[in-house]
Amino acid sequence: MSWPVSDADLGKLGKAILKDAKGVITGADVAYGELTLTGPAAKAVEALTYLRDAQGFHQLIDLCGVDYPEREKRFDVVYHLLSMTKNVRVRFKVQTDEDTAVPSVVEVFAAADWFEREAFDMYGVFFDGHPDLRRILTDYGFHGHPLRKDFPMTGYVEVRYDEELKRVVYEPVKSVEWRNWDFLSPWEGAEKGFAAMLPGDEKSKS
Amino acid sequence: MTGSNAPAQATEFFAPEPPAPGPNETPVRKFNINFGPQHPAAHGVLRLVLELDGEVVERVDPHIGLLHRGTEKLMEARPYQQTIPYMDRLDYVAPMNQEHAYCLAIEKLLEIEAPYRAQLIRTLYDEIGRILNHLLNVTTQAMDVGALTPPLWGFEDREKLMVFYERASGARMHANYYRVGGVRQDLPEALVRDISDWCDHFPKTCDDIEGLITDNRIFKQRNVDIGVVSREDAIARSFSGVMVRGSGIAWDLRRSQPYAAYNDMEFDIPLGVNGDCYDRYLCRMQEMRESTKIMKQCCERLLKTPGPVLIEDNKIAAPRRGEMKRSMEALIHHFKIFTEGYRTPPGEVYAAVEAPKGEFGVFLVSNGTNKPYRAKIRAPGYPHLQAMDWMNRGHMLADVSAILGSLDIVFGEIDR
Repeated sequence: MSWPVSDADLGKLGKAILKDAKGVITGADVAYGELTLTGPAAKAVEALTYLRDAQGFHQLIDLCGVDYPEREKRFDVVYHLLSMTKNVRVRFKVQTDEDTAVPSVVEVFAAADWFEREAFDMYGVFFDGHPDLRRILTDYGFHGHPLRKDFPMTGYVEVRYDEELKRVVYEPVKSVEWRNWDFLSPWEGAEKGFAAMLPGDEKSKS
Repeated sequence: MTGSNAPAQATEFFAPEPPAPGPNETPVRKFNINFGPQHPAAHGVLRLVLELDGEVVERVDPHIGLLHRGTEKLMEARPYQQTIPYMDRLDYVAPMNQEHAYCLAIEKLLEIEAPYRAQLIRTLYDEIGRILNHLLNVTTQAMDVGALTPPLWGFEDREKLMVFYERASGARMHANYYRVGGVRQDLPEALVRDISDWCDHFPKTCDDIEGLITDNRIFKQRNVDIGVVSREDAIARSFSGVMVRGSGIAWDLRRSQPYAAYNDMEFDIPLGVNGDCYDRYLCRMQEMRESTKIMKQCCERLLKTPGPVLIEDNKIAAPRRGEMKRSMEALIHHFKIFTEGYRTPPGEVYAAVEAPKGEFGVFLVSNGTNKPYRAKIRAPGYPHLQAMDWMNRGHMLADVSAILGSLDIVFGEIDR
């Protein structure tokens, strides 16, 4: 397809995929010139196999997690696929929670191996059938999942070299507390459809 | 080093005691060795745990993350504009290419486009970044296999390119030059002319380096037919950039999914034939010459097309310093941009550029505030390095550094 792919073409592709892969891919949405597909997490392998074999998306460009702590299924697992032959990209999303494992797609895309390890490391999303689900980016013996929204920016431990013990020691964080300045103006943005909460608005709801 | 996720401890690195040899057998033992994290051929802080049978590599387990700085977490806590400098520190060999991807992602969210002159400047500096990267990679790959002169020759021209970075942005490496909706400031004409002059001389440097390396017997012995990647494997393993072009796949985002001013540029995409380390080296060499052509075209156009280099919308682009001295409005906008920043509409976007190492992408999730809700950086080196195990099996120990060199790894982007 010519680049950039028009929204109409993406919409058509999305409809065709929805029709073809019933029950495996359940949603298609075009926004910002990108096609987003959704589906049940349990069928992720079938969905990606279908996209790879029937639709020609041969490359898994990226796989990552997103955390929405207020949701019941708090994690999104997002797959970005690319078709070199059709010159089009697609995004596939599934939802999961802290305990439910998502089927691993290593068998479908060999490159998913490290990407899934990273999602596990950063968010604690489990991948069922992954050959080697170890931590990858964080320190040896690290506890917690740093990209979760409830993980503090400064972390829990800090390291330093101890002259007496002659080794690196781990200690609870003593540094200054992370100061998160919130400069977000409550007065602007309402006209663009952003949720604008003025100070005091919360009282009207209680 | 405790906990269930602790690595294999030192004792496990040695294979179990072998059974006693029979009467006509020689006792053998498999070796496990640590390659790095402080090894000159590891291109940064990479720790490879190699399982060897004699000198043949049986398994490679790369341990990464020694340079993990939590860039993505930090980005979630800062307004968009303040996170552009983090992009420089990812692949610190070609910083501006990454800024480009990030700016494109935000521009996609805001549905704005940079003025044409800014697009030209971005194209120019992307190509400078590509040459910076390839000069480093090609010459250090030669160093990995024993040559000492190429890095010295290559770094001379890298230094000149960094001066161009400095003259545009004030910093040699961590430029922080691209802005959402354009670039920080316009290029002086003298700089454009100097870059143009440099483009005339650079092919000679390429010839010199090629004269040293291309037909060098040792370099060929160490690289030809080493680390062969077939077309199918390159696609299945999500390779991009030179890693697919070296295997003969004509895929370049500059051509297939053009951004900035690449649509107006004339350049060729060099392809390899065999997909081995040597072909990837040849591709990089040729790409530098093509980049020089693009830079030359950009310079010509820049001299002919004056115009703005940043969008006019002061809700997004900071006002000029001169305006702030006279206009109250500009002063307020300046204050607002550098404290609150700007809001992006809710949604998800993915934007990618052809960075020197391959496809560099940024995935942003916005929830309508002034900070990204989630920012995922797709580093090209990540899938490349993960194929180390697969590429090295059956190769000799000495080939590990040759293959690693041809993968073009920089830890800033892989560990993030």
